[in-house]
Amino acid sequence: MHKVFIVIPAYKEENSISSVIKGLKKEGYKDIVVVDDCSPDSTSKKAEDAGAIVLKHIINRGQGASLRTGTDYALRHGAEIIVHFDADGQHNPKEIKDIIKPIIAGKADAALGSRFLGKRSNVPFTKKIVLKLGIMFTFIFSGVWLTDTHNGFRALSRDAAKRIEITQDRMAHASEIIDQIRKKRIRYTEVPVTITYTSYSIEKGQSAMNSIRIAARLIWSKYIR
Amino acid sequence: MISIFQMIVLVFLIFVFTRVVFRFKDRQISILELLFWSALWISAGVLLFMPQITNPIARILNIGRGIDVAVYLGIILLFYLVFRLYVKIDTINQDLTKIVREIAVNKPNKDKRRK
Repeated sequence: MHKVFIVIPAYKEENSISSVIKGLKKEGYKDIVVVDDCSPDSTSKKAEDAGAIVLKHIINRGQGASLRTGTDYALRHGAEIIVHFDADGQHNPKEIKDIIKPIIAGKADAALGSRFLGKRSNVPFTKKIVLKLGIMFTFIFSGVWLTDTHNGFRALSRDAAKRIEITQDRMAHASEIIDQIRKKRIRYTEVPVTITYTSYSIEKGQSAMNSIRIAARLIWSKYIR
Repeated sequence: MISIFQMIVLVFLIFVFTRVVFRFKDRQISILELLFWSALWISAGVLLFMPQITNPIARILNIGRGIDVAVYLGIILLFYLVFRLYVKIDTINQDLTKIVREIAVNKPNKDKRRK
């Protein structure tokens, strides 16, 4: 049995975090790391009560920073596979076994979830356009053609998790991870996953306007700085 | 004849210059920094009263008046300084994240490590 760590970055997720952790426990995952990014609500307490390991950022540093905090913790505690999972309930815990399968089989070191492969997700129209633009942007920016580039559901082998260094503290980390996978020649594969859109997860997601800011941020870090 | 504009700027320059000297006396800045800032403010004062001395430079650069050269250079310098500040802030942000991360990783609310 591989030691699988589930890393969940959470900010103001008191409404969903308990059920997400319970869902993961039901699937038999024990090493659940919630990184509370200085939420002003009771996210930490809810996560702790639900039985997760809770790491607290003493000041808000963003989702990318939280992911890396959780990943670092997992690596220090002997994780063999690290799964990045969302706190808002849009990922399905039953699909973790699918996403870690290529890593267990030794076929890839990074398995990236895709909502546009096989399985049907009820992606809202505007969201779909933004995501498709994101795919094109990633192709131009990193030279990788993926079917879904901005999906927070991914699994990394210990080796890949060590090599990928997330420096984008805010939302640009998703593109940054792909960029590093390409640059560091990490073997990757895409795995079909479903994303459940609820009014809650849509509200907590990224707006179209924000995507432009994220793109500008990436270009700045890669070429100008 | 000193114009009101020259008066105001002169008072400002004297004020800034005294700040530089005081900071040097308090050893907050090095002698090199003192020389740099003194040179900058003194030359600003010279230009204030004798803007025509920059005209030869302007002629070489094919820019109308000397004062325009000063304004253009000033804008370029400002852009560069803003850029430097941006990079600096970025670096500080990343350092800050590292500290926050170390604290978070070393103090889990609940340590379930199993041997």
